[in-house]
Amino acid sequence: MTDPSSCVIARLARIRRERATRRWRVLAILLACLLAGAALTLMLGQSSTALVTVLRVLGGADVPGAGFIVRELRLPRAVISILTGVCFGLGGVAFQTMLRNPLASPDIIGISTGASAAAVFAIVVLAMSGPAVSIVAVVAGLSVALLIYLLSWRHGVTGARLILVGIGLAAMLQSFTAYLLTRAPSWTLQEALRWMTGSVNGVQLEQALPLFVALLFFGGLLFSRSRDLEALRLGDDTAAGLGVRLTATRVSIIVSAVGLISFATAVAGPIAFVAFLAGPIAARLAGRNGSLLAPSAIVGALLVLLSDYAGQFLLPARYPVGIVTGVLGAPYLVYLLIRDNKSGDAL
Amino acid sequence: MSDPLLVIHDLMAGYGEGTVLEAINLTIPPGRNTAIVGANACGKSTLLRTLSRLLAPERGKVLLDGHSIHRLPARRLAQQLGLLPQSPIAPEGITVLDLVSRGRHPHQGPFARWSAADEAAVAEALEATATTDLAGRTVEALSGGQRQRVWIAMALAQQTNILLLDEPTTFLDINHQIEVLDLLTDLNRERGTTIVMVLHDLNLAARYADVLVAMAKGRVYGLGAPEEVLTEQMVQEVFGLESRIMEDPVTGKPMMIPLGRHV
Repeated sequence: MTDPSSCVIARLARIRRERATRRWRVLAILLACLLAGAALTLMLGQSSTALVTVLRVLGGADVPGAGFIVRELRLPRAVISILTGVCFGLGGVAFQTMLRNPLASPDIIGISTGASAAAVFAIVVLAMSGPAVSIVAVVAGLSVALLIYLLSWRHGVTGARLILVGIGLAAMLQSFTAYLLTRAPSWTLQEALRWMTGSVNGVQLEQALPLFVALLFFGGLLFSRSRDLEALRLGDDTAAGLGVRLTATRVSIIVSAVGLISFATAVAGPIAFVAFLAGPIAARLAGRNGSLLAPSAIVGALLVLLSDYAGQFLLPARYPVGIVTGVLGAPYLVYLLIRDNKSGDAL
Repeated sequence: MSDPLLVIHDLMAGYGEGTVLEAINLTIPPGRNTAIVGANACGKSTLLRTLSRLLAPERGKVLLDGHSIHRLPARRLAQQLGLLPQSPIAPEGITVLDLVSRGRHPHQGPFARWSAADEAAVAEALEATATTDLAGRTVEALSGGQRQRVWIAMALAQQTNILLLDEPTTFLDINHQIEVLDLLTDLNRERGTTIVMVLHDLNLAARYADVLVAMAKGRVYGLGAPEEVLTEQMVQEVFGLESRIMEDPVTGKPMMIPLGRHV
């Protein structure tokens, strides 16, 4: 074999540089959009607040009139929207990449629904609150993931069977949540909607800290597996041939994704289709040559932040964020089902 | 570097009920090009899957330089033994350069940066497979033969001494089949890479392999140079086919002419 000439190496380096530049540019633009979105939601609501005033309030100054609106109403909402969006985006793209199927998102295959059902059960039946609810949601999310895995096991697990089993479980868990909600007469429609479709109404800033810690922990675990996750896109056999420990990798990816989804769900409910949409949108924007984790996280945050804003102020009535994201996600789901059916595979 | 020694000792393996492989004892000749042939469902792919650790044996061992491959750390094994599965999946939208670069996976830690050695290995793999000009293209835009060369390039970037290939010529036109087998022969001769491939075509196997392994019913039926293994009796007993063996007028290797009912 000939030694690779330096001109070939230079050529490859140039292709790589162009790729990297494009990737960083997309990430930078997405981050800028997120910042702008956050500024927008802090400035504009029923009344408008000047950017300077918002910054003063965030800086700790007590501005009469604006202080309460920005600090108590808009800030918690923006922070929780961004954090849950990041969690949903990461959890969704992790599952979709690992199972090589956009339908394998945790909100389609019942993991978010399971976490949500468990949260409602913990609150309504067990009278729990705070971080304990999150723990119950995480345990339930993991149990649902394990149950789906076991139910779809037949000489190994194929993506299509797992998705079908998951959709079935999701429907059962959804009706369980609905049943629990009807048994709790003191619940408002707003609260019920949180657990059915997801909402960030009335969230508190104190809820952000545990969510942030969960994001650091599970997100860190997921990012440490980023390269293995990329290798899994080549198929399980090829990945194993490249030295990926399949079982260990799958377990850490599932645990981290379910952890992210469940913590976010325990705060804001299973915000419909954010996990499902973030990855494919990020892929469209950033291309398919690198890890989609970072762009999907930002797209998830943008989806929740902007959909919540639209649900509050841009539509004729006020809707919780899950209704808006649901309207965005449903057509894509239908599109995927039609496309995959055309290609002849049963999913 | 001395040639790696892959030894299969008393191997039994399969998928749940029904063992596919029974009591296989085999030493892969180091630095040679070995082709595994046999009828459908004789266990040749299963053998390759066990050799590459995709399948755990029910009994027996696969030893690489004396160490059981099922005990070696995954990354270490992947630095020594490369695998090209039968139908690898090219992710949507991936470019040739990115795909080939993934061959460097076992040489990199989770957060390691891309090094000059990585880039040199990728460049060399692209050059060796004549795919440098395709580097910026997406894999799905390539022809079948180009795609297979790209997959081999990925395995080359892995820089292993042993390369296992499961039917690398399936679904290819005859000219691309020859192209791929020529490329593998180059690798074997110029780098001394030990090649083990499952092949369907007996004549191509006899022509390109130094050593033929004929398998039947989960056992090794015969092993040796093509002249010793490819006999009328072997074709009859392994494939249940009547045939004549002639000398290939071009290469002097044995060539099998099947006798159907209409000869």
